[in-house]
Amino acid sequence: MILLHLLNKDRGSSFTLGLLALVTVAVPACNLLLPESSVLHISTYTMTLLGKYLCYALLAVAVDLVWGYLGILSLGHGAFFALGGYAMGMYLMRQIGSRGVYGNPILPDFMVFLNWDQLPWFWHGFQWFWFAMLMVLLVPGLLALVFGWLAFRSRVTGVYLSIMTQALTYALLLAFFRNEMGFGGNNGLTDFKEILGFSLQSDSTRAMLFIASALALAFGYLSCLYISRSRLGRVCTAIRDQEDRTRFIGYRVEHVKLWIFTFSAMLAGVAGALYVPQVGIINPNEFSPLGSIEIVIWVAVGGRATLYGAVAGALMVNYSKSYLTAAMPDAWLFALGALFVLVTLLLPRGITGLLRRKELMSK
Amino acid sequence: MQHQPRKHRILPLLTLLIMLLPLSSMAADDSTLFTEGISILIKGNFKEKQLAIQQIAASGDSRARGLLQALLEGKLYRIKKDDTLVFAEITDSRAHIRSALGGENLGEIKKRKLKKITINNGLRTSLKSSLARIDLSSPDPAVRLQAVNLLIIGLSPKDSGLLTNLLETETDDSVREELLTAMNIAALRGDDHGAAVTALKQLHGNLSPAVRNEISSLLNKENLDESLQKEALLVQRSIQSKVSFFGLVEKLFFGLSLGSVLVLAAIGLAITFGVIGVINMAHGELIMLGAYTTYVIQQLMPNSIGLALFLSIPAAFLVSGLTGIIIERSVIRFLYGRPLETLLATFGISLILQQTVRSIFSPLNRSVATPAWMSGSIQINPILSLTTNRITILIFSLLVFAGLYLLLRRSSLGLQVRAVSQNRAMARAMGVQAARVDALTFGLGSGIAGIAGVALAQLTNVGPNLGQAYIIDSFMVVVFGGVGNLWGTLIGGLTLGVANKFIEPWAGAVLAKIIILVFIILFIQKRPQGLFPQKGRAAE
Amino acid sequence: MKSTLLAATLGCALAIGSVFTGHARAAETIKVGVLHSLSGTMAISETTLKDTMLMLITEQNKKGGLLGKQLEAVVIDPASDWPLFAEKARELIEKEKVAAVFGCWTSVSRKSVLPVFEELNSLLFYPVQYEGEESSKNVFYTGAAPNQQAIPAVDYLMNDMNVKRWVLAGTDYVYPRTTNKILEAYLKSKGVADADIMINYTPFGHSDWQSIVSDIKKFGSEGKKTAVVSTINGDANVPFYKELGNQGITADTIPVVAFSVGEEELSGIDTKPLVGHLAAWNYFMSVDNEVNDAFIENWQSFIKSEKRVTNDPMEAHYIGFSMWVKAVEKAGSTDSTAVQEAIIGVTVPNLSGGYSAMMPNHHITKPVLIGEIQEDGQFEVVWQTSGMVAGDAWSDFLEGSKDLISDWRSPLSCGNFNVKTGECSGSK
Repeated sequence: MILLHLLNKDRGSSFTLGLLALVTVAVPACNLLLPESSVLHISTYTMTLLGKYLCYALLAVAVDLVWGYLGILSLGHGAFFALGGYAMGMYLMRQIGSRGVYGNPILPDFMVFLNWDQLPWFWHGFQWFWFAMLMVLLVPGLLALVFGWLAFRSRVTGVYLSIMTQALTYALLLAFFRNEMGFGGNNGLTDFKEILGFSLQSDSTRAMLFIASALALAFGYLSCLYISRSRLGRVCTAIRDQEDRTRFIGYRVEHVKLWIFTFSAMLAGVAGALYVPQVGIINPNEFSPLGSIEIVIWVAVGGRATLYGAVAGALMVNYSKSYLTAAMPDAWLFALGALFVLVTLLLPRGITGLLRRKELMSK
Repeated sequence: MQHQPRKHRILPLLTLLIMLLPLSSMAADDSTLFTEGISILIKGNFKEKQLAIQQIAASGDSRARGLLQALLEGKLYRIKKDDTLVFAEITDSRAHIRSALGGENLGEIKKRKLKKITINNGLRTSLKSSLARIDLSSPDPAVRLQAVNLLIIGLSPKDSGLLTNLLETETDDSVREELLTAMNIAALRGDDHGAAVTALKQLHGNLSPAVRNEISSLLNKENLDESLQKEALLVQRSIQSKVSFFGLVEKLFFGLSLGSVLVLAAIGLAITFGVIGVINMAHGELIMLGAYTTYVIQQLMPNSIGLALFLSIPAAFLVSGLTGIIIERSVIRFLYGRPLETLLATFGISLILQQTVRSIFSPLNRSVATPAWMSGSIQINPILSLTTNRITILIFSLLVFAGLYLLLRRSSLGLQVRAVSQNRAMARAMGVQAARVDALTFGLGSGIAGIAGVALAQLTNVGPNLGQAYIIDSFMVVVFGGVGNLWGTLIGGLTLGVANKFIEPWAGAVLAKIIILVFIILFIQKRPQGLFPQKGRAAE
Repeated sequence: MKSTLLAATLGCALAIGSVFTGHARAAETIKVGVLHSLSGTMAISETTLKDTMLMLITEQNKKGGLLGKQLEAVVIDPASDWPLFAEKARELIEKEKVAAVFGCWTSVSRKSVLPVFEELNSLLFYPVQYEGEESSKNVFYTGAAPNQQAIPAVDYLMNDMNVKRWVLAGTDYVYPRTTNKILEAYLKSKGVADADIMINYTPFGHSDWQSIVSDIKKFGSEGKKTAVVSTINGDANVPFYKELGNQGITADTIPVVAFSVGEEELSGIDTKPLVGHLAAWNYFMSVDNEVNDAFIENWQSFIKSEKRVTNDPMEAHYIGFSMWVKAVEKAGSTDSTAVQEAIIGVTVPNLSGGYSAMMPNHHITKPVLIGEIQEDGQFEVVWQTSGMVAGDAWSDFLEGSKDLISDWRSPLSCGNFNVKTGECSGSK
C-alpha cells in the first residue's frame, strides 16, 4: 500500500524498481539454471560485476540523499563505505580460521607475520555474523553522528563542510595504511573463504550476494524515497534551498541534518559490506579522497535529487569505466574527465534531467 | 703571501705522510712506486686497486694528484686496444681524450673504444683520504680542515708533537681550532692524568662528534679516575645542553621549510578559492604544469642549469597562468555562484590535464637537475647545518608572498580584484569589467601555482601525480588560515609546518600528519572561518 | 517515458552484447593476458612491463609462435585500483580465455587476484621482488624473494664494507615490514646489538625527509660505520636521495643500499649526488654479455628510443615468458594443470649470463648482484654471488614461517607444508 503510494506518478522510480526486480530474478537464474552454451547464459564474471554496480548504486543513493535533498556535498562518503566494508572484511577474515597459510586458528595471516601474539581488542566479536552486521551499521553511523554533531552544531556549511569531510576521509586513509593499526595496512583484508558457511567461490553464493545487493538497493531506494516524500523530506528541501529561513521558522535544522547524514552513512556502510565479499578485497584505497569525489560525480551525471538518477549515474559511469579500461586503456581518463566537465556545464540536472525535459516537451 | 707558510709546512707534512703509509711500500723507489701503481690500476681488481692508489699517493709524483682526482671523478679511462690511460670528456658517443701520464692531447675517439677505470665505495674513501693528505699543504683552508678531520680518527697520544708542529704554521682560525681539538683528543687517549683533565676543560661545549664519541667511550672505561670522571661528566652535560638547543633550532628550521612549501602550494589556491570562491581541484595539476615547464626549459638549455631555473619562473607563471585563463573562460565562467559545481568540473579538468601530461611526457618521472648553488648545506657548527635548497625555497616563498601581497594591495588590478570579490554588483556599477577581472584573478592564482611547481621540482618528483600529493594539503592550509586572507595562508602554512615537525619525532611521520588533520577538523568546528576570518559582507 | 525506456534498453543491450563478443574468436590464436596498470599511481612502473610483454610476444610470433599458433596479447588496464585487479583478472580468464597472465606489481594487487587465479585454475607470472611468505599453485614468482636480494646485500655490507650500525628505512607496507623483520632477525643472529639498529617507516609518497635524514646523520656520527638499508618505495625515493645529498651524506660516509631503485627509477633522478650508493638486484642493464646486449637492442628498437633503459622486473618477465613457452612446448598444450606440471625444473637463460630454473616452490634461481650507482644512471656491479640462489618462499628468519616449506610436485603438492606438524594448511 505504502509502496503504491510512494510510486504513484513517479515513473522514474517505478521503472528503476521494476527493472531492479526483473534483474534480481533474471540474472541469477540465467547464471545458475542455463547451461554455459546457451545464448542467454550470464557468466559469473558478469553477475559479480553487476553485483558490484548495485553496491555502487546504493552508495550513490546514499550520497544523493544528503546532497540532492539536503544540500550537503559530502566528499567523505567513501569513508563510510569503506568502514562498512572493513567490518564485513573482519568477519570474513575471522571465518578463514585455521585455513590461513600459517594455520593459526585465531590470528589472520598478516598478524602472524607481524609477530602479533594476540588479537587486538577491536577484532573481538567479529567471528559472529550478527555482531559484524551490527558494526556495519554502527561504525559508519557513529562516525557520522560524531562528525556531524560537531560540524552542524558550529554551522560549518557549504564548501567548508565538503573540505572537512575530505580531510576526514584523508585522515582515515593515512591511518588505515599504518600497519600498526591492525587492519592489514596497505594490503588490507583479502583471501576470504566463506560467508555463513557458504564458499565464496561457488556460483550459488555469488548469486545470493547478488540478490542481497539488489534487495539492499531496493530497501535503500524505498527508504530514501519515503524520507523525501515525507514531511521530513520537505524540511530537508527547505534546508537545502534556504537554511537560515528554515531555522528562523523554527525547525531544528541541526537535528534534521544530523539524522539524515547518519542514516545516509549507514546506507553507505551497508553498500560497503555487500561490496567486499563480491570483489574479494578491502584495502585503504577505498578511503581515497578521489574515490569519494567520483561517487559525487556518479550522482551528478545521473541527475541529483532524483534517486533513480543516482542509480542510473552509478551504473553508467562504472559501466563506461569498465568498458573503457579494457577497450582504450590510454584514453579512459580523458573520457571520464570530459564527461565530468560536460555534464556539469551542459547538464546541470544530469542525464535523467535531459530525459525529463524531453518528456515534458513531448507532452 | 701564500708561499711563505707553505714551505714551512712541508716538513711536518712529510712526517705525517710517512706515518700514514703502509710500511711495505716504503722500501721501493718513488718512480717505480708510481709506474707500478699505474699498471695495477689498469689490470687489478678492487682490492689491488686499493694498494695501487696508496702507492701512487705515496710516490710523491707530481702527476699523482691529477690522476687520483680524475679517478675519483670517473674521468679516467683506458683505451681498450693498448691500455693507454687517458682523461676523457664524453659528449654523447664521442670522447675527447688527453694522455693521463704525458698530458698531451690525443684528439677525439669513439666512446665505445674506451673502458672506464671503475672504483667502488671503499676506493672512493681511500682516494678522498689520499687526496686529503696531499692537500694538507693545499692553499685552501677548507681542504686543510677536511684533512685534519680525517686525521682525528686514527689519532694516538704520540701524534701531539706532529700536531703542535702543524699548529705553529697554521694561519686559518677554523683549522687551528680543529687542530687544538685533535690535540685534546690525543691527550685524552694518553695516560697522563693532568693532561687529560686540562684537555677535558678545554673541550667544554665542543660540538664535534669526534669529541662526543671520545667522551662517551672515556666514560665507558672501567676503573676511571674519579676526578677525571667528574670532569668528563661535566663536559658531557655542557655538550648535551648545547646539542639539545641546536636540535630545537634545527627542528624549527625544518618546520619553517616544510611550512614554506605548504604556503607556496596553497597561496595560488588562496586566490582562486579565497578571492573568487572557486574550488579548483585542478590546482595541483597547475603546480605540476609549472614543474614540467622547469623540466622542459632545462632540457632546452642543459649547460646553464642556474639560468634555466630563473627563466623557468616567468615561463611557469605564463604556462600555468594561461592554462588557468583558458579553464576560466571555457568552463568556470559558466559556474560562478555554484562553488560545489566548480569542484566537479575542475576535478574533470584535473583528470584531463594529468592524462595529457602522461601522454606527452610518458608516465615516468622526469629528472630536474639542481644547480650547484642550491645543493649542499651551510654548516653553522658541527651539529647544525641548514640545507641550501630549503633556505632558498623559504626565501623564495616569502618573496612570492610579498610580491602577491603588494600586487593585491598596491596595484589597480589588485584594487579591482578586491572590489569584485567584496561586492560584485557594486564593482560593476563602478565600471569594473568583472568578467575580465575574474579571468585575470584566476590566471594569477594559476600562475602562482606554476611558480610553486618550479620550487617543488627542486624537492620532489616531476611526474603526472605530483599535483595530487599537494591538493589536499593546500586546501587544509587555506581553510585553516582563513579563506580570502593571504596573511592567514602564510601564518597557517608555517604553523602547520612547524607543528608537524615538532610532533614527528615522537609520533612518526604518518601519525603526525593524521594528528594535524584531526586538529584542523576540530579547529574548524571551533572557528569555522579559520585563523583570520574575513570581515564584513564578503564573509557570507 | 518512451525515451527513458529506450535508453535503458539500449544500455542493457550494450552491456549484454559486450559480454558475448569475447566468445566468438578463439582457437586461431593463443591468448596471453597482460595485467599491468597503465593509469593511476602504478602506471609509472607498470607501463614498461606491458611494453616488455608486447615485445616478447611479438618476438615469439616472429619465431613462428607457439604450438603452431600465433600468440595474441590481451592488454587490460586495472588502473592501479586493487579490487579492479581481481575483476579484470576474472575478465581475462573467464571472458577472454587467456592461457596465462603476466602481470601485477604491488603485493596488494597480487593478493587481490590470487583467489581468482586459484578458483579458475589459471596461471599468473609475477615479475617483481616481493616479501615472500606466499606460495600458490597458480602463481610463478619470477622476481626476487628476500633471500635473493636483502640478505646477500646485508652480507656484502657487513663483510666487505665493515658496516656495524644499520638503519632500516622503509615505506609502511608489507614488503618493507617483512623484509626489515627478516633483516632484523638476521642481523641479531650475527651479533648486532639492538642499539645499533634503527628502524623507520614513512607513508607512501613521503616528500619531507628533513628530520629523518638528520636523524640518520646523527645515528651515523657515533663512531661506527653505518649503512642504510632502504626499502623505500617509488616516488618517495627522489626527495629522499635529494635530501641525503643536501645534508652531505655521501656514499662513502653512509652508503644506502636500496631494493626498489633500479635503472628506470634512476632515469627520473639527477644522479650526480647519488654516485656510489648501492642497489641489490638480480639483473643490471650494465651486465656485459651477448644475450643482454641483444635484449637491450631489441627493446630499444621496439620502443623506438635509444634512451630507454632495461631493469630487473623486465628481466623477470623475460625469464618467466621463456619458461612458460618452454613448459607449453614440453606439455604440448596450454592447459593450466599440464603447464604447472611441466614447468617445474624448466631451465632457461637469464640476462645476467647464467641459467635460471623453476623450483618446485614456484620461485626461480637467480644470481644476486650488487651495483653502485654511476653518474650516467647505470649501475656498476661491485659484487655478485658465485652461483645461483634459489628463491625461498618461507623465510627461515621469521617465527611463523621457519617450519614451512613449499613443494608443488606430487605427492606433496602443497604450498605451506609444516615440517613439524606434518600438515598442509591453507591452499592446496
